[in-house]
Amino acid sequence: MGLTAIFFYLFATLALASGAMVIVAKNPVHAVLFLIVTFFNAAGLFILLGAEFLAMLLVIVYVGAVAVMFLFVVMMLDVDFAELRAGFIKNAPVGLIVGGVVLAELVALLSARAIVPPPVAATGAPIPRDVTNTEALGQLLYTKYVYFFQGAGLVLLVAMIGAIVLTLHHRQGVKRQSIADQVARGPKTAVKMVKVASGGSVVPDAPKR
Amino acid sequence: MSSETMTMFWDYGLWLLIAVGASLLVLVGLLLCVAFLLLMDRKVWAAVQMRRGPNVVGPFGLLQSFADLLKFVFKEPVIPAGADKGVFLLAPLVTATCALAAWAVIPMSKDGWGTWVIADLNVGVLYLLAISSLGVYGVIMGGWASNSKYPFMGALRSAAQMISYEVSLGFVVITVLLIVGSLNLSAIVTAQTSGVGAWFGLPASALDWYWLPLLPMFVMFFISSLAETNRPPFDLVEAESELVAGFMVEYSSTPYLLFMLGEYVAITTMCAMATILFLGGWLPPLDIWPLNAVPGIFWFGAKVVFMFFMFAMAKAMVPRYRYDQLMRLGWKVFLPLSLAMVVVVAGVLQFMRSA
Repeated sequence: MGLTAIFFYLFATLALASGAMVIVAKNPVHAVLFLIVTFFNAAGLFILLGAEFLAMLLVIVYVGAVAVMFLFVVMMLDVDFAELRAGFIKNAPVGLIVGGVVLAELVALLSARAIVPPPVAATGAPIPRDVTNTEALGQLLYTKYVYFFQGAGLVLLVAMIGAIVLTLHHRQGVKRQSIADQVARGPKTAVKMVKVASGGSVVPDAPKR
Repeated sequence: MSSETMTMFWDYGLWLLIAVGASLLVLVGLLLCVAFLLLMDRKVWAAVQMRRGPNVVGPFGLLQSFADLLKFVFKEPVIPAGADKGVFLLAPLVTATCALAAWAVIPMSKDGWGTWVIADLNVGVLYLLAISSLGVYGVIMGGWASNSKYPFMGALRSAAQMISYEVSLGFVVITVLLIVGSLNLSAIVTAQTSGVGAWFGLPASALDWYWLPLLPMFVMFFISSLAETNRPPFDLVEAESELVAGFMVEYSSTPYLLFMLGEYVAITTMCAMATILFLGGWLPPLDIWPLNAVPGIFWFGAKVVFMFFMFAMAKAMVPRYRYDQLMRLGWKVFLPLSLAMVVVVAGVLQFMRSA
């Protein structure tokens, strides 16, 4: 017992409570806000475990970026609550099956020792005092697991390119600002000298498209 | 008291008391500084426009910020009927709290006793990035909970803008981290005692700080932090010509005050971050007698004020960007440039190490 235990119970209770609120909250925006609180408390638990690098990454990546996108999407959704509730009975069997499968998996994981892979058992190893968290992660990630690391990066790259290809479409006939063109424009291309005869007129060139 | 509770006290209680005391000291000092920085902002702005600025309350208008504070506090907070009340009131609190929490890791000086910092984290830089990325929630929550068009538009703009510039800000910070080899903020400052100036045989001086070898990154950091804190010329979040006051339209009284406070504290945090990463934190400009006898907190403060002066001048002199130009600058100019600089800096470091 000590400060660590007090903070553990604080973070754990808050994480569980806000996790429950995520699925209980009627308003989807409130649900996402509770999800953010859950992430935050998970980060607190990481710090108690001595994994401060992971905790900070969790906050930067999940809270700072992913959850913002969530919130964006949910705020823009036009959610009709009556319609949602009407679909509840219809979708209930599917939900029950999925929930049952997840529950069975959790029970299997917690009860049977045989399927617990060795790395999970190794997480109880004490944290080395002389190496910082960040250094230890880097030394492992860039040496022993470098191919997995690169592979994960490649998967993300493919996903990113896929997302861009799916959403990118150039509309025709839209006037866009091209800063390179504007900067490259000089007196030679922008100004045309003409001699106007007395009483005559100048017909301007048609604008270039 | 039994001996057991005594040891408990010496183990935890005293440590807790020191932490609470230090936090209080930093918060009070910070808020006082922000009150005068706000005045400085307005004075600089006025001077550029050949006006006098606030000059009525107190000598030279020095107490203007406090008069404003009282005015805000005594006004009636109006909550729109259609607003989501809880989120509406939570939003300014989130902004102000996140902005203030960042100061827990900022080292302000160093003397024989140790570093002047509340928590000397190993991952201080990451903590700063994490906390500054949380600032966006106050804006989004406020904009959404107001249940009104202009605030929502302002909030969406702000979220997109802050996320965009966080990326290049992160890469700029990475170049500094590559050189230092540590995520600890006081280690970053200490690493700036030897650098370019040392090659010429000078004592530790301003030439050693990272603004010189990383000048392009310093400029990029400055511009990105303007965008990150929604300062002019990137204040599209509250572009009054288009969005009235952006996400703050529906706010009044103390909640509005908290938003403004959070904004200015965040700006001060960015100034402090620039000071630590590029301007050598608490180090004197030249390590010789009269200069290095001055306490480090003075040099730290002077550099933060200098950075804030740059912020104020940018506000006074640069016209506002258009939204698509802002996004173009963030994604098409700063992101590739900072990414390339990470590669270049890493390459140069590797080359110097092997040579």
